[in-house]
Amino acid sequence: MSTPLILLILAIIAVVCYVVGTRHALAIAGGLSSKLHSRPGYYGSFVAICAVLPAAIVLAAWLIASPLYINSTIRGGFPEDVKAKSEAEQGLAFGMVNSLARGMDILTLDEIDKVGANPAELRSALGAKGVALAGDPEPYMVESAGDLNAMNKISNRVMTAVVLIVALIGAGLSYTRISHRFRARNRVERVILGALVVASSIAIITTIGIVMSMLTEAGHFFGRVPAWEFFFGTVWDPRFAAAGAAASEGQFGLIPLLLGTLYIGFVAMLVAVPVGLFSAIYMSEYASPKLRSVAKPLLEVLAGIPTIVYGFFALTTVGPFLRDLSSSINGIATGDFANFIQAQSVLTAGFVMGIMLIPYVSSLSDDIITAVPRALRDGSLGLGATKSETIKKVVMPAALPGVVGALLMTASRAIGETMIVVLAAGVAARMQLNPFEPMTTVTVKIVSQLTGDLEFTSPQTLVAFALGITLFVITLCLNIYALFIVRKYREQYE
Amino acid sequence: MNMLSEAAVEKALDKKMNEVAYKMIGKDVSVYYGEKRALFDVNLNVRENTVTALIGPSGCGKSTFLRTLNRMNDTIEGCRVTGKITLDEDDIYDKEIDVVELRARVGMVFQKPNPFPKSIYENIAYGPRIHGLARNKADMDQIVEASLQRAGLWAEVKDRLHEGGTGLSGGQQQRLCIARAVAVSPEVILMDEPCSALDPIATAKVEELIHELRANYTIVIVTHSMQQAARVSQRTAMFHLGQLVEENDTDKMFTNPDDQRTQDYIMGRFG
Repeated sequence: MSTPLILLILAIIAVVCYVVGTRHALAIAGGLSSKLHSRPGYYGSFVAICAVLPAAIVLAAWLIASPLYINSTIRGGFPEDVKAKSEAEQGLAFGMVNSLARGMDILTLDEIDKVGANPAELRSALGAKGVALAGDPEPYMVESAGDLNAMNKISNRVMTAVVLIVALIGAGLSYTRISHRFRARNRVERVILGALVVASSIAIITTIGIVMSMLTEAGHFFGRVPAWEFFFGTVWDPRFAAAGAAASEGQFGLIPLLLGTLYIGFVAMLVAVPVGLFSAIYMSEYASPKLRSVAKPLLEVLAGIPTIVYGFFALTTVGPFLRDLSSSINGIATGDFANFIQAQSVLTAGFVMGIMLIPYVSSLSDDIITAVPRALRDGSLGLGATKSETIKKVVMPAALPGVVGALLMTASRAIGETMIVVLAAGVAARMQLNPFEPMTTVTVKIVSQLTGDLEFTSPQTLVAFALGITLFVITLCLNIYALFIVRKYREQYE
Repeated sequence: MNMLSEAAVEKALDKKMNEVAYKMIGKDVSVYYGEKRALFDVNLNVRENTVTALIGPSGCGKSTFLRTLNRMNDTIEGCRVTGKITLDEDDIYDKEIDVVELRARVGMVFQKPNPFPKSIYENIAYGPRIHGLARNKADMDQIVEASLQRAGLWAEVKDRLHEGGTGLSGGQQQRLCIARAVAVSPEVILMDEPCSALDPIATAKVEELIHELRANYTIVIVTHSMQQAARVSQRTAMFHLGQLVEENDTDKMFTNPDDQRTQDYIMGRFG
């Protein structure tokens, strides 16, 4: 029986158990649910959970364990000369066996008998059924494929039987436990609690998994390139990953990329912070409620625009505009119409990224400024301070720690931003301070090292993981520090 | 000219006859919050160097009236005030009057202590600084010390003037707020239930302070506590449902009020 079918049967069992359990509980209570410890539905749920949960766990365990066992048995049955070959070639052979097994399942017995002896014919017969093989199968492979199919069939039958028996036993045992005083609610709620815990752990466990995998890959990279050359190298020149040409490994200096990231982030903050802060002050202190109720959601919508759109905007509009502007200015000043701002430059990328960040700065700061208690404003106004004095001398100082936290969070976004810089900053890894020239960032290089046909064993691709983990650590530190500041600030008033 | 002098003469006569000087005069004061009317034609005069207590059940409009006296209602969206309120002859709702100047003359202490998240010194110096009351640092030190002395807080905080004002106890914070209000040398101090967030000992200290401040300032205090009104005030005004029910000497108010509703409220029959 196929797995979806088993799941469907389990679902039906659950529904039946629920109905039967509920009815039985009510019958025991003589129709008065007040005589029961829990509501009748809980008894039904209890029976359903007892039936399905252990069965589902058995099913999952079987689905994981049985292929592992079968595969190792099949590979153990390979001829000695195959076993002597390298791990990769054994894997290849096993892949063939797998495809063969899948194909032989589709062929009828007659067809197998007809072509079984001739590998080439078998291959073409399978090809006609849509199962492509990498090469002509060898006789031992056909044999193993037959074994594989047989074992799979047995395993599936046993699994179906075991799962259904477990479900029925669970249902039966729990059904007999239903009585007046049985605490079904407590048990059902414990299961629900467990489900909630599992759900919330998934995100955390996934994060840990991602970090671990990045760490291992970065570890492989540092096995090939010394860490100090990566962290303190000033030249980024990875070369191409030519297969087998170990001598052509390039130089992987992080410094030019980090410098570009920080420089572009700095320009972006230079644009976003003043504009965003002023807009936050206007929104929280001066705007009428009507205007605020319209303008604030609008600003937040701006934060939802995909960054690729901003990148496109930078590439097609802002960059060419700045280039043409610079050439005009140069022409008027010196008579030479050469542009001194490149279309792809730190300025273009930083400016557009700044525009992207304005809603973040504004929205976060607005929340923080609004959270400053009204009593403080009243206190200041009651002393005869004007509104602007109150904002400058009481509200902003009180909100400052929170605002700084918000700015740090924004900065970590600027550092991790990818699409805008990919399109607008350029790809030249250079160390220079002219904002009109292109520079590149860590994120851009991660993208460029990982696009195209790759083998994941060369330092040229592995370096992306080292870059990724570096970026991750930087933004993580910024975010933690920002959260720390914001939380500390919250405590002052609550 | 003629009219003015006539008014002056009348006022002088009035003063002589009653021996009463009015600091603030409210005439037909009504307040609206949007469509809702919160005060109905209140006529209430505040006597100079006197503590006037405003009492009444919750939502009766006593705090609203208090806040009209220094136009703190201006900060509330959709609030409208009609009628006339004068401070020493000046109509405080006149277009010519600067609300900043008015609030420097009519200070306010709030229900919950609200020191700024700055040092004790900076809390006091805030008002004098924005109004330019000190010529130099020595002047400012002088003002800070005098204000804290007036508020009876000097002895407790003189060694930690530069520590945070929010680190003080609730009662100390409220006295700090009173010192802060005193520092700009107002003529009138408005207090909106200044003791409602304080324990009995801190309350006693603040009440004592109000008693002493009376010599130099005109004080209007909103309170929920009948005992407090009786202890600290000379005049009491009773509000109910947005109307002024009765205004009288405190002694008379608590022994033999003119209005039955006042009697009922003081006896605890409603409110």
